[in-house]
Amino acid sequence: MSKFLKILAPAAGGTASVLTLAYVLVDQFVVDIPAPARGIVAISPASAQTVETPAAASAEDGFGLGRPALDPEIVAWDIDIRPDGMGLPVGSGDVFTGEEIFIEKCAVCHGDFGEGAGRWPVLAGGDGTLAGEDPNKTIGSYWPYLSTVYDYVNRAMPFGEAQSLSPDEVYAITAYLLNLNYIVEDDFVLSNETFADVAMPNESNFFLDDRAEVELPRFSGEVCMSDCKNEVEIVMRAAVLDVTPETDEGDAPTEEMAASAPDSGDADVEMVAVSTDPAMIEAGEGVFRACKACHAVGEGAANKSGPQLNELVGRPIGGIEGFRYSTVFQDAHEAGEVWTVEALTAFLANPREAMPGTKMSYRGLRDDADIEALLAYLTATGG
Amino acid sequence: MVIKIKGTKPSRRNFLKAAAAAPVAAMAGGQAFAEEADPAIIEKQPWTQFLGDGVDARPYGMPSQYEADVVRRDVPWLTADPVSSVNFTPLHELDGIITPNGLCFERHHAGIAEIDPGQHRLMINGLVDTPLVFTMEDLMRFPRENHVYFLECAANSGMEWRGAQLNGCQFTHGMIHNVMYTGVPLRLILEEAGVKTSGKWILPEGADASAMTRSIPMEKAMDDCLVAFKMNGEALRPEQGYPVRLVVPGWEGNMWVKWLRRIEVGDQPWHHREETSKYTDLLENGQARRFTWEMDAKSVITNPSPQAPITHGPGHMVLTGVAWSGRGTIPRVDVTIDGGENWVQARMSGPSLNKSMHRFYHEFDWDGSPLLLQSRAHDSTGYVQPTKDMLREVRGENSIYHNNGIQTWYVNEEGIAENVEIS
Repeated sequence: MSKFLKILAPAAGGTASVLTLAYVLVDQFVVDIPAPARGIVAISPASAQTVETPAAASAEDGFGLGRPALDPEIVAWDIDIRPDGMGLPVGSGDVFTGEEIFIEKCAVCHGDFGEGAGRWPVLAGGDGTLAGEDPNKTIGSYWPYLSTVYDYVNRAMPFGEAQSLSPDEVYAITAYLLNLNYIVEDDFVLSNETFADVAMPNESNFFLDDRAEVELPRFSGEVCMSDCKNEVEIVMRAAVLDVTPETDEGDAPTEEMAASAPDSGDADVEMVAVSTDPAMIEAGEGVFRACKACHAVGEGAANKSGPQLNELVGRPIGGIEGFRYSTVFQDAHEAGEVWTVEALTAFLANPREAMPGTKMSYRGLRDDADIEALLAYLTATGG
Repeated sequence: MVIKIKGTKPSRRNFLKAAAAAPVAAMAGGQAFAEEADPAIIEKQPWTQFLGDGVDARPYGMPSQYEADVVRRDVPWLTADPVSSVNFTPLHELDGIITPNGLCFERHHAGIAEIDPGQHRLMINGLVDTPLVFTMEDLMRFPRENHVYFLECAANSGMEWRGAQLNGCQFTHGMIHNVMYTGVPLRLILEEAGVKTSGKWILPEGADASAMTRSIPMEKAMDDCLVAFKMNGEALRPEQGYPVRLVVPGWEGNMWVKWLRRIEVGDQPWHHREETSKYTDLLENGQARRFTWEMDAKSVITNPSPQAPITHGPGHMVLTGVAWSGRGTIPRVDVTIDGGENWVQARMSGPSLNKSMHRFYHEFDWDGSPLLLQSRAHDSTGYVQPTKDMLREVRGENSIYHNNGIQTWYVNEEGIAENVEIS
C-alpha cells in the first residue's frame, strides 16, 4: 500500500492527517493562481459553490439501512476469481473438450485457433512481440494470471450470452486457450486442483505505477514562456492519413480537395504525397497488371483472393470487412494502424519483410519509381 | 515565426460548411461594414409574426433543431462491434465546464443495460461484518453529497501515440465528460456493512452483460468515491449507468463501474481482465505498468480546432479550451499561437473545482497568418502537461493509455484547422 500513498501524495500530502484535511477541503477552491493572473481571474467567494462543512457524517451505529444478504444471494452473485484461486468452483475440463466448445461458441469471433476474426480479439500467439513495434497482446504473450482467463470467460463470455457456461465448460475452454498458447500439453486437464500448477509466462513483466517517481519530477517545474524556439516545423499531419470519420452530411469535398492538391514538385516533402501526374498514373496501370489476378480497384471493385484496393491510402490496415486477413494484418488493425504512403511503399518493396506472415505471395517491387507509379494509379482509380 | 508546411493541405469540408452558415459581410480593417440592409433585420421572420408551440408540446425539452449536428460521434474502424465500443463528446460545440447529459461520451463493453430500478439491488459482501443488500430506496436514505468531477477514459487520445491521426478534438480528446454528481459517499455504505480490518481492496461489479469489475484500494474507496444516482440534477442516463454508478474522482473512467450491483471487500486485488489485459501501459521494453489509476493533467484547445475552423476572417477572436487533472485543480493554462516560441497565460473562467474540468480563454487579434496552437496545463501539484515527445521518451508508442501530451492545431490563412505534430 505504500505505493498507493506515494501516488496520492501530490494531491493529499501523503499522511493520514493530511488526508483528513484534504477531505474537508475537497471542494474548496484550492486554486493557486499566479500573481499576474490574479487580477484577471475573478473568483470571488460569491462564485464559489457551496462546500460541505463537514462532509456527510458517519453514523455511530450505522443508519440501519439495507438488510443482511442471504447466503444463496451471495452465491448467485459472487463469481469473481483471484490469482490465488479464491472463488474457483469445483470442476474440470480437458483441452479437447475445450476445443469443441470453443469452435462452437467462441470461434465465430476469435477464430478456430484464437487468431481472431476481423477486429475481434486475438487470443493466442504474439510471443516475443511486446518490445517490438507491433506488440500482439494475447492471453499467452501478455496476461499475467490464469485466474483472469477463467474469471472473464465465466463472467462475460460468450459475447451476448454471458454467464451461460458451466464450470466444467469454462475449465475446458480455459485449458484449450492455454494449449493454443503452448502453455500446456494436449492431454492437460484443468481443474480447481491443477489450477495453481499453471504459471503464465508474462507475469513478471508487470510493475506498479511508477509515474510518481519517474514522471512527476520530470514533468514539473519552471517552463519557458518566451523565445523558446527559433524554428517550428510540422512533422506529422492528420490530413495525410485522412481517417477521420465524415461528420457533415451533404458535403461534396472532392472538388475542394482536388483544388488543394499537393505540390508534387516539392523536393522537401517529408510526408510523401501520392503523385497526380498523368504519365505516372499511366505507368502505374502497367505495374498493376501483376496485381490484377488477386486485387481489384475502381468503381464496384470487390475482394478477390486479395482485398479490394479502393481508397487505399489512409484506410485502416486490414480494414476491409468480410476479407480474411493474415494475422499480421489483423494485428496492425487492432493497433489502429493505417496505410500511409510510407507504409505502402515499404510493403510493396518487400511484403514479407514489412508484414511478416502475410499471405500475399508476391516478392515486391524493386524499383521505387514503380511503387510511386502504382500508388499514383491506385489513388487515381480507386480514390 | 517560420512554419514549414509539408504534404497535402488540410481538408476544407468543415471550413466550407461553417463558412456557408456565416453571414456575408464585407471586411475592412477587421471591422465589418454592411453594404446592403440585412434581410434578417428588415424582413419579418416567421418566429416574430406567428405563434409557437405551447408548453405541453415538449414535456422533455430538446436542443434547437439548428443544433442537430451537436451529437456524440464514433470512429467505426476503431472497434469490432458498436455494442463494445466508444463514442466521443463534441467538445468543440461546448462551453463552460459542464457536459450536457445527452452529450457525455459512451463506452460500453456489452451495450447499454436497461435496468428497472425497482429490480435493482446493491450488495456489499466479502470481508465485512454483515453482508448487506440495498434497494434504490435504501440508497436514497443515506446522506448525499454533490460534486463536479471529470470522467476521462484512460484511452482518450490513445489513437495519437504514433502521431497525428484524427482531425478533430471530438475524436482526439472526446472520451471525457464533466458533470455534477449527486450520490452517497461510498464510505458510508461500506461503514454500514462494517469493513473488517483485513479489508484492503474493493471490487465493484456492474449488472450489465460484461459484469465489469475493477480492483480499487480501500484508501480511495474511503476517501472520495461516491455511489451516484443523479448527474446534473436528473437521474443518470441509461448509457451512464442508470440507476446507479460508482464515481472514482480523478481516476481512469473504466473504474467508474456503471449499473453498479455489487461491491466485494477483499484483502488483495483481483487482477481482472480490465486491469491486466486492458488498462495496463505497455512500455518500449516490453514491460507494463499496472494500476495506473490517476489521470495526468491535460488540456486541449476546443476552438478553433479542425471541426471548428475560424470562419470570420482576421480580427479579434476568441480561443478557448478545457483543462483537467486527476490530482487536483488547474490554476493555470499557457497558450501559444506560434508553435511554442512564445506562450501567454490563458484566462481561467468559471468554477475551479478539485478533479473537475476547467475552462480557459485567450482573446487576441488574428492577423490572418498561419497559427500553430497549443495549450499547456499546470495542475495544483506543480505538474506541467508534457509534450507528446516527452511522453514518448518515457513510454514509447505502444502504451495506448494515458496520453496527456500537448495537442497542436495548425490553422492556415483561411482559418482551416488541422491536427499536426511539430518539432
